[in-house]
Amino acid sequence: MRKPIGWSTIIIAALVAVSAGLVWRRDGTDGVLEILTHDLSLFGGILPRVLAGCLLGAFISEILPHEKVSRSLGPKSGLMGLLVGTAFGAILPGGPFTAYPVASALLAVGADFGATIAMVVSWTLIGYGRAVAWEIPIMGTDFTLWRILISLPLPVLAGALGRFVYVRIYPQTAAKDDEN
Amino acid sequence: MSAALLIDILLWGSVFGVGLIAFRRGPPVFKASLREGSMDFINIVPRIALGVIGSGYIAAIIPQEVITGWLGPDSGWLGVATAVVAGAATPGGPVIGFSIGTVALKSGGGVPQVVAYVVAWALFAFQRVILWEIPFMPARFVWFRCAVSVPFPFVAAAIAMVIGKP
Repeated sequence: MRKPIGWSTIIIAALVAVSAGLVWRRDGTDGVLEILTHDLSLFGGILPRVLAGCLLGAFISEILPHEKVSRSLGPKSGLMGLLVGTAFGAILPGGPFTAYPVASALLAVGADFGATIAMVVSWTLIGYGRAVAWEIPIMGTDFTLWRILISLPLPVLAGALGRFVYVRIYPQTAAKDDEN
Repeated sequence: MSAALLIDILLWGSVFGVGLIAFRRGPPVFKASLREGSMDFINIVPRIALGVIGSGYIAAIIPQEVITGWLGPDSGWLGVATAVVAGAATPGGPVIGFSIGTVALKSGGGVPQVVAYVVAWALFAFQRVILWEIPFMPARFVWFRCAVSVPFPFVAAAIAMVIGKP
């Protein structure tokens, strides 16, 4: 996990301020307040899930055997690590409130960027959760299965590209990872 | 409603399960991870708040018709590129993303373009990135993940062009 305020937060806050300003110019104070009320109730609704996600991530990073994780998902895990990450992302239940805390926990206990990218991309592209709940009912079974079939190679490719780029733009971090 | 309840039961059941495993490793392990999880929660809440409230405003200034318009019958790679931008810019959750994809398919949008749209939406939809991925994951990872994912909606479209329609 990270510091509460970073560059990403600042960029997002600026984007939000500009958007809120545009909404105010178009819809006036009422328009701004209407969105605020709606989003505040949404926020209250998801807070318990956020808490559950945080606890899940903390427990998992505590109970996972670090050595095993860095062996099977670390920088030297090779194609197997990318495949394990992909398989893990595909079977992970729940929504974003489970996937991202778990991915973050894996990163913390020794998975490298490549395997974690494979996992996140696999969760979003071939995970069954969203496909069953939303894509099949809305887009139809044929399209969904066909789209998933096309997506099958993508998590491994994304993870491999991630590793390839990572060792080139962060050579020092990568070398330090090697020592571990 | 019942689906939401099911998700919550599954979620808290998993928390309880891994919590139990941690507890059996000894109460200090359990307490330490409980404290860590709570601290993470406190740190994440402001970012989630910014994400939820902020993405509402960003979504309000992107009319859905604009996104649908970008997914017109413009075929070829320009159409694919437009579809990728549209996927990243689509506000709202899965219902909106997939509905826009369905509308595009029915109104004559090319299949590779719609595949590129759905894949780009899954990879980059700004609301999910702002609301969930950035708060929960190291920022450096999120930007890196997004950057290396850029080619893949195009790869998906290329595969769709080669193997044909569903």
